[in-house]
Amino acid sequence: MDNNTLLLFAGIGALLLLASLVGFVLKRRSGDQPNPVIDNLNARINAWWVMVLVIGIAFLFGNNGVILLFYFVSFYALREFMTLTPTRRSDYPALVAAFYFALPMQYLLIAFGWYGLFAIFIPVYLFLLLPILASLGGDTTRYLERAAKVQWGLMIAVYCISSVPALLTLDIPGYEGRNLLLIAWLIIVVQLSDVLQYVCGKLAGKHKIAPNLSPSKTVEGFVGGVALATLIGAMLCWITPFAFWQAALFALLVCILGFAGGLVMSAIKRDRGVKDWGHMIEGHGGMLDRLDSVCFAAPVFFHMVRYWWA
Amino acid sequence: MLAALTAFAITSAARLLTGARALWLGSTAQATQRLYYANHSSHGDFVLLWASLPPELRKRTRPVAGADYWQKPGVRSFLINKVFNGVLVDRERKEGANPLQAMLDALDGGDSLIIFPEGTRNLGDEPLLPFKSGLYHLAQARPDVELVPVWIANLNRVMPKGRALPLPLLCTLSFGAALEAIEGEGKDAFLERARNALLALAPEEA
Repeated sequence: MDNNTLLLFAGIGALLLLASLVGFVLKRRSGDQPNPVIDNLNARINAWWVMVLVIGIAFLFGNNGVILLFYFVSFYALREFMTLTPTRRSDYPALVAAFYFALPMQYLLIAFGWYGLFAIFIPVYLFLLLPILASLGGDTTRYLERAAKVQWGLMIAVYCISSVPALLTLDIPGYEGRNLLLIAWLIIVVQLSDVLQYVCGKLAGKHKIAPNLSPSKTVEGFVGGVALATLIGAMLCWITPFAFWQAALFALLVCILGFAGGLVMSAIKRDRGVKDWGHMIEGHGGMLDRLDSVCFAAPVFFHMVRYWWA
Repeated sequence: MLAALTAFAITSAARLLTGARALWLGSTAQATQRLYYANHSSHGDFVLLWASLPPELRKRTRPVAGADYWQKPGVRSFLINKVFNGVLVDRERKEGANPLQAMLDALDGGDSLIIFPEGTRNLGDEPLLPFKSGLYHLAQARPDVELVPVWIANLNRVMPKGRALPLPLLCTLSFGAALEAIEGEGKDAFLERARNALLALAPEEA
């Protein structure tokens, strides 16, 4: 790890320390009564410590460590997605292909840096292969719906999430060997946007944006959270290849995409009648609950950086 | 040693594949002597139920399995006898022998049991097959043992019939409240009540 990375993690550590302190004080002030909002806040902060620790360990192992980390992230996300979308017995070959072929293949292609294939592997080849496999069983009940679900799950949980480690494959002049920091920047901005939208919404939220989709999202939370996260993203331009204003624009873009991702993934959850995708991250829900915003921000960010910088 | 390692490997693999999430809805995870009865749709059912129990309960909980399938020398016999410490029963009825005797012996030894009262794997579209009468006779013979229904959700998608490679999908095990004893209740009424208590734990299909 270079000095910038250490500085970044020290800053995140300080931020989490502050958050834990605030959580502790809130808990003390609320007395002995259990308060679901404060308890959930503290559970979320504790989970953040674990997530930052896991990401930090992956960074210690360099590029391959981060690729492996996101392989597992995609695996857990895909498992949550496929669990919630009902398939039938004859979808088995398509699901086997998704979990045991498409998922490892996508990450291998990224590890080899083969952009020409990892960019179209799932949207083209798997898009054609999966319905072929699904048709072999001869079961036509809700056929199009089932084929679409498996493809959608792969796009969100594997293709979109793998755009994060794909940033490692970019050759950005003047930024050699520092691509891990670009990943750190993206994750920090998108996740801070989520956190700040939550905090601003809890403090000042009045007008709901999409009461049917996500009752906790408010106009005040959205504006405050996105503005603050954009500012922080711009101020972190020293870890990116961008100038201040470029970092600000990119931060605004990924924050808005992240917000939209949260809405879309909420719509799917509501449709399936659940509140969370899973239960693996205490206080947050499942892997996809934490990553819905990254799913939508990462692919667009990757392709724009590649187009203009690499 | 080998058995302990195998048990660890199997429970870890079951968790990685399915999450093996236990929801204690009507009862708590304590070391009371129990008959856990569950729906049966896959060979992995008892493994998952067993893996989802806390370790101290798992040690005293034995799956009931068909001798015809498991009593083959080699891997199967090692697994059922040494790893799962299973109770093997003859599914073929023999003259004069009580088919429940092995289970009664295990209960008298203080162990809890995992049984599947449908008697066979449910591979159709019905959520739950009618119960065989074994559950009733066990409850009659050992009234002090708690009868706890456990609904295993989604495992039929993880291991569909006739497929070798399991799919990684999340499974939830819902542990319901123990059945209350009702004085003078007949066999059919009891089995119907037990079956409904288990069905009540099944998540609604959206």
